[in-house]
Amino acid sequence: MSVAESHLHDHHDDHEHDHHDLPWIKKYVFSEDHKVIAKQYLISGIIWAIIGGGLSLLFRLQLAYPDANFEWLKPILGGWIQNGKLDPEFYLALVTMHGTIMVFFVLTAGLSGTFSNFLIPLQIGARDMASGFLNMLSYWFFFVSGVIMLISLFIETGPAGGGWTVYPPLSALPQAISGSGLGMTLWLISMALFIVSTLLGGLNYITTVINLRTKGMSFLRMPLTIWAFFITAIIGLLSFPVLFSAALLLIFDRTFGTSFFLSDIYIAGQALSFEGGSPVLFQHLFWFLGHPEVYIVLLPALGITSEIVATNSRKPIFGYKAMIGSMLAIAFLSFIVWAHHMFISGMNPFLGSIFMFLTLIIAVPSAVKAFNYITTLWRGNIIFTPAMLFSIGLVSFFISGGLTGIVLGNSAADIQLHDTYFVVAHFHIVMGSASFFGMLAGVYHWFPKMFGRMMDDKLGYLHFWITFIGVYMVFFPMHYIGIAGFPRRYYSFTGFDFTQSFTDLSQIITIAAIVTFAAQFIFLFNFLFSIFKGRRATENPWRSNTLEWTTPVEPGHGNWPGAIPTVYRWAYDYSKPGAEDDFIPQNVPFSETKGSNFPHENEQMVAEAGITHGK
Amino acid sequence: MLGLYISIAAVLILAILFLVFRIQTFIDIVRGASTRRVGTSNKVNAFLLLAFFIVSTALFIWYSVPASKFFLPKAVSEHGVRTDQMFWITMTILIIAFIGTNIFLFSFVFKYQFKEGRKAYFYPDNHKLEIVWTVIPAIVMAILVYFGWKEWSAITRPAPENAEVVEIMGKQFAWQVRYPGKDKKFGGYNYKLIDATNEMGMNLNDPNTKDDFLPSEIHIPKGQPVLLKIRARDVIHSVFAPHFRLKMDAVPGLPTKFWFTPTKTTQEMREELGNPKFNYEIACTEVCGRGHFAMRYVIIVEEPEEYEAWYAAQKPWSESNLEYILSKVDEKSKGLYPAAPAPASAPVSKADTATVAAADTLQQ
Repeated sequence: MSVAESHLHDHHDDHEHDHHDLPWIKKYVFSEDHKVIAKQYLISGIIWAIIGGGLSLLFRLQLAYPDANFEWLKPILGGWIQNGKLDPEFYLALVTMHGTIMVFFVLTAGLSGTFSNFLIPLQIGARDMASGFLNMLSYWFFFVSGVIMLISLFIETGPAGGGWTVYPPLSALPQAISGSGLGMTLWLISMALFIVSTLLGGLNYITTVINLRTKGMSFLRMPLTIWAFFITAIIGLLSFPVLFSAALLLIFDRTFGTSFFLSDIYIAGQALSFEGGSPVLFQHLFWFLGHPEVYIVLLPALGITSEIVATNSRKPIFGYKAMIGSMLAIAFLSFIVWAHHMFISGMNPFLGSIFMFLTLIIAVPSAVKAFNYITTLWRGNIIFTPAMLFSIGLVSFFISGGLTGIVLGNSAADIQLHDTYFVVAHFHIVMGSASFFGMLAGVYHWFPKMFGRMMDDKLGYLHFWITFIGVYMVFFPMHYIGIAGFPRRYYSFTGFDFTQSFTDLSQIITIAAIVTFAAQFIFLFNFLFSIFKGRRATENPWRSNTLEWTTPVEPGHGNWPGAIPTVYRWAYDYSKPGAEDDFIPQNVPFSETKGSNFPHENEQMVAEAGITHGK
Repeated sequence: MLGLYISIAAVLILAILFLVFRIQTFIDIVRGASTRRVGTSNKVNAFLLLAFFIVSTALFIWYSVPASKFFLPKAVSEHGVRTDQMFWITMTILIIAFIGTNIFLFSFVFKYQFKEGRKAYFYPDNHKLEIVWTVIPAIVMAILVYFGWKEWSAITRPAPENAEVVEIMGKQFAWQVRYPGKDKKFGGYNYKLIDATNEMGMNLNDPNTKDDFLPSEIHIPKGQPVLLKIRARDVIHSVFAPHFRLKMDAVPGLPTKFWFTPTKTTQEMREELGNPKFNYEIACTEVCGRGHFAMRYVIIVEEPEEYEAWYAAQKPWSESNLEYILSKVDEKSKGLYPAAPAPASAPVSKADTATVAAADTLQQ
């Protein structure tokens, strides 16, 4: 046993000792255990998803029934309902908060925070994260950031209302919209804290993956989940600071009268003194995070899906190296396509040409990933667990939503479609729903390891089918509305001649949204009920290869009671010809599977002997 | 009261779910399903996935055909006709790819559902296949980029010399439009000059301002290039004229532009659509506050002769705001404008026209 290993082991024993002495608050609240922190992120994410999704129902009601009387919402919304009508500024605040909450709190913190924390140490064979303390700080920064955002929902002038992209000058001037007063200040403070949280988390994920892999866990033996979390953390580390700078400069403009983003403004009967700033500069900075952010939420979901699709097809993931390669390519390209959000922002059209070219390149690695998933299913022996169904749903969304990105990435075609419902449909399917399905798939799949019990399959199936059909019913029709030219973030479509069609479709969308939202309570019930009363899980209920399934049913502090397992093979030896069973876990040496080894693997047995006996 | 109802409903729904869940568990135990590796649900789900694909594809086609009449409103600009064509070619490729990949996805999950005793095919990679499906999308993308780029370059190149120039300014929550008047030259502007009367901040000391006019609708000639000079005075707005396939942000401090050539007059469109009330519209597509959804403006496309007549008939802004102008302009610029009419003098408009005519002769 290496020195590092024995050290870790001793350390772990200490912890085991501490475990009983730890006061409740250190164990469950300010815990430094990655599994507890993951659950904290998960539960926070679920709560935020309910809030964020609930807000969307309010504005969907307004869109479907603009003439309805909303007096009945008065007990909840109070002054935001005037004479039975939703206040237009509050409508914008709802849209803004829905976007912010879903993108950052649910799909960034809820997804990466949960699964990077939970799976990285378990799948690479580590006792915990590189720094448990930073990890704990990361969660609590997120928590405080969430509390501040939540408070902003209840203040008199309302939360931020300039869209989740908070473009100045709208977001900088309280005269322009009431949400740009205190609401926007709280938004900026909350986001600043959120960025700190993301960076602390990301640093930890990267360090842990690089430094704490168990013996034999080379980079090319890492499960694709870990690759996805690792790449996601790098993207986050490089792009979130740019949002931080944008937020900081916006704070300066708002508070100290600087002119980074503001210029030549006359508002509320007054010419303001700002000169020489550029609103377009803010957009560049914002999207420099904003676009990588799409992949920050999507890549972990794709990683989770890779794992679940392989396990439940009982087949190796097709093109493991191509999957890594395409994730690296997507990560790289994600930094140089941001301005496709800005084709008609007034930036130089030559930039538009460059960004169109770069944007369409990103379709290639994305297509490779989709093809690889489909080929993994080919000639599999597929078991439809709820996790598998959600993963298949994700692949379907990834294709449907990804394809429409090809039209939007074409700057000439984007002129008409920019800021219409076509865009809303596109990113809700490919980024929102796909990532959300990845998150749900992950919860169903790793629930047994998180809580030692199984979630109920039947309720899972019901949840999947309502959600899958519901999501398509909500977002597919938006393409039609978008092609007809309906602009997004409109309080009502009654004012224009060209927006008089498709009112029936708007209502269908709203009804589908309500049903889909309601179906999430099936999940919530299943989740909460199963934590306490679910069927007891076994150590490896899905017959999976990765290391987390070698831990006890409920892994304690330090994850493995004995030594950390050594890794001898990649994570995808499913249905290997000649093998007794249809899976061979990563910790099984080739010397024990002589019947199924390929020639080059037999050669590795020599090296293996070295690993096992220590050099 | 409402809260009570909601909580009762929530409790009832939870109770029903709980019951369904318990009954299902008992059935499973009786059937012994929970001990088998894969139950009947697997078959049901596989079937449902396939059925989902077939039904939703049918629904997609059934709905899309009649709905297509509401798709892209008829394009009435030269570039719009071309981008529409590109949009539909791209969409055709995408729909083929969409249906094609989904056929594979959903038929594979159905065909390769779990069967006791079968072993999945160990198939970790195939370089030839992977190269093929990397290269094919790359080629398709390259073609799409090429045509997109050509079109984008054509749309964004500088407007032709003979373009009619119209200035449009976004503010919360309306558009304001200015024409350069007879001299075809806009007077300068500065946001510090804006007030309730001079809403566009026109520089009144600039001789070019004098004949600029601010109509309440945009009129443009059919078949001639039109250049929109776009700006905003408070927050970002975006000029969206759906029929012209025109969209460009209006940014405070950063003037933008977009040029296009209309191909159908409003009258022709009215006849074509059988809708005598039809009008080309401008909407705002960058969220700008409370009234974002109501920034409507009308564009009238006319035959060039009609347009010329309309243009010539427009009264300069300075004419109807003379008093205001004289109270604002520098001493030396006062000569540009006729002296203010005496407050008590009879028909004002007549006096105005006379004085402006006089001023014009003076200038020449």
